[in-house]
Amino acid sequence: MPIPLSYVARNLAARKVTTALTAGGLALVVYVFATVLMLDEGLRKTLVDTGSWDNVLVIRRASETEVQSGVDREQAAVVASQPEIAIAGGGARMVSKETVVLISLNKRGSEKPSNVVIRGVGPQAALLRPQVKIVEGRMFRPGSSEIIAGRSIAGRFAGAGIGERLRFGLRDWTVVGLFDAGGSGFDSEIWGDCDQLMQAFRRNAYSSVIFRLVDADAFDAVKARLEADPRLTVGAKRETVYYAEQSEQLSAFIRYLGITLSVIFSSGAIIGAMITMYASVATRTGEIGTLRALGFRRRSILWAFLLESLLMGALGGAAGIALASLMQWVSFSTTNFQTFSELAFSFTLTGKIVAQSMIFALVMGLLGGFLPASRAARLKIVDALRAA
Amino acid sequence: MFIKLVIRNAFRHRLRTALTMLGIVIAVLAFGLLQTVVDAWSAGVNAASSTRLVTRNAISLVFSLPITYEDKIRQVPGVKMVSRANWFGGIYIDKRNFFPQFAVDGSEYLGLYPEYRIPPEQLKAFLLDRKGCVVGRKLADTYGWKLGDVIPLRGTIFPGNWEFVVQAIFEGADAGTNDSQLFFHWDYLNESLKKSAPRRANQVGVFVLGISDPDAAAQTSRAVDAMFKNSLAETLTETEKAFQLGFFSMTEAIVAAIRIVSLVIIVIIMAVMANTMAMAARERMPEYATLKVLGFRPGYLGGLMLGESIFIALAAGALGMLFTVPLVRMFGNAMAKLFPVFQLSAHTVVLQLAAVALVGVVAAVVPSWRASRVVIAQGLRAIG
Repeated sequence: MPIPLSYVARNLAARKVTTALTAGGLALVVYVFATVLMLDEGLRKTLVDTGSWDNVLVIRRASETEVQSGVDREQAAVVASQPEIAIAGGGARMVSKETVVLISLNKRGSEKPSNVVIRGVGPQAALLRPQVKIVEGRMFRPGSSEIIAGRSIAGRFAGAGIGERLRFGLRDWTVVGLFDAGGSGFDSEIWGDCDQLMQAFRRNAYSSVIFRLVDADAFDAVKARLEADPRLTVGAKRETVYYAEQSEQLSAFIRYLGITLSVIFSSGAIIGAMITMYASVATRTGEIGTLRALGFRRRSILWAFLLESLLMGALGGAAGIALASLMQWVSFSTTNFQTFSELAFSFTLTGKIVAQSMIFALVMGLLGGFLPASRAARLKIVDALRAA
Repeated sequence: MFIKLVIRNAFRHRLRTALTMLGIVIAVLAFGLLQTVVDAWSAGVNAASSTRLVTRNAISLVFSLPITYEDKIRQVPGVKMVSRANWFGGIYIDKRNFFPQFAVDGSEYLGLYPEYRIPPEQLKAFLLDRKGCVVGRKLADTYGWKLGDVIPLRGTIFPGNWEFVVQAIFEGADAGTNDSQLFFHWDYLNESLKKSAPRRANQVGVFVLGISDPDAAAQTSRAVDAMFKNSLAETLTETEKAFQLGFFSMTEAIVAAIRIVSLVIIVIIMAVMANTMAMAARERMPEYATLKVLGFRPGYLGGLMLGESIFIALAAGALGMLFTVPLVRMFGNAMAKLFPVFQLSAHTVVLQLAAVALVGVVAAVVPSWRASRVVIAQGLRAIG
């Protein structure tokens, strides 16, 4: 016959301080673990949302990013004339020749600079990225020194707010609008007129050509044709693949660092649980003897103590997840090593992360409780009763 | 007597004390390692010299400066030497093998960086070979390169397959020098670009300026920038330290996260330790009551608890600090590609010590208060 669950729960409640301290330690470990997973998920989600599956991004062969790339006007024209490119409602071809460079801006309230992506776009750019919407002000007028800034950039960088001015390329650029790109990477960019920006930067080549396919399955054929064309020195990628690759290193870094830390930290919390459970066994030796004398089996005793430890793990896990879920309102911004530019993303909590964190907490509870519980189960009835 | 009691008490529950100490050792190790990671992150800042300035394009590092600026900068008062460097960003076999590569003008650049120590005959061999390169000792060891080896790099910024011959290997002057870098001749890059992409030739990524008087750094910087004001390529000149800090601050959110997390481990272990002490206090109430009957003052009883806590924390902390040294070395070797400079600083050890002392004190606050406030009758009743 198993020992009732209420006995187990009451034991935890009887020693409130000890239970709270031990569960608190477990909760902090779970918090770190969950936060890291949330950060990685947020980064992944941001960059996944940035690309579309049926958009193709063409950059110079061998370059890793748009910033490194250069596609001159002749080559861009060849790319833009591919037959697979979709036609929009008004009859315009859905292709955008863009120039992407980095400008160094100071963060608001400090002299600390960071690199921000500035993207020169043509009239079709918004068609290719339906997630981009002007939320304040208006779109820049083509042919003018006007720019629009992404939501994450406007608040964070000096001079990027609406109505403010930025100076680069011998000109003052006025921010006339703010756009929201639905949490994608474009939120961390500034957009302006492509021809104006190329003129200001004295550039003669585009950085990339992006186009929408009529049929998403036509990608392989277009890629093969573009890369085999002797007039071109370009490589084609699906936009989703391109953006996923951009987050690889940062994502791996966050994940490795986080998992390593969680494992190291968890050993501290497991030790805490072990101390508590050993003490719990020691103070209740007499009780254990009584239970055994009443006919409860060793297995039941083992289970009771394991359950106690698991319950403590669950308490810690729940508290840790609750703490971590508060992080959803915090956004995180750092330089992506691969693109060398600022990228804002948020902590994203998913059901999977909740489950993983809870399992992590229970495993810690189990590991911490196993040795003490087996000691309790091995006690001889006579010795245990005598100890009382 | 006091010390003896403290130590006896500490080892009364051998298993519990051992577990607590193990927890503290792990926490101290993790804390030390994280602090060292933060230090390694800012290694470039610490290695910066106050007699070097860096001039870059004011828009951002992505934009270059014309080579013609070099002679103009040379004329600015206070500038002793001028050298140029281009970030190459090539890939060695696989993307994962990342290390910095710079195209530099050999003799001047290496003259500005005396901390890169090169044997004279190797330096001569490098200067005479247009396709030659200089690599750091750590880099050479990582990939097993020897003098005369050919290193193929796939260009990302400068397309094509490039080959360099290892003509010299430099040693860092001290442990803070980054010896995970590769330098080759700027002329080689430029001549190749003249053929393949003439518009991109004669461009320089950054100029490195050697100045005679560090106190005049701000003045010299302003003089250089003023010269190119309102030109097509405006410049931004700053000290090497500020330049490196710029890189550091880009990722400061990650550094801040690591700092916060390293505090979390201290809080976790504080909870573990406080639990241990609370349990000890609860069990020993009758003893404290007895001691009180014998005439010991409350301060003495509280002191016993506090002393025990600090003793355990410091003993475990010392062990942890001892193990930090080999751990940092192992971690540094394993992560050599990510952190070229990875060494334990005295600052970190002091922080570790402060952290364990804090843990010891905080963990004992409530238990020692309870021990000193024990009511004799109640404490004795527990004996039964």
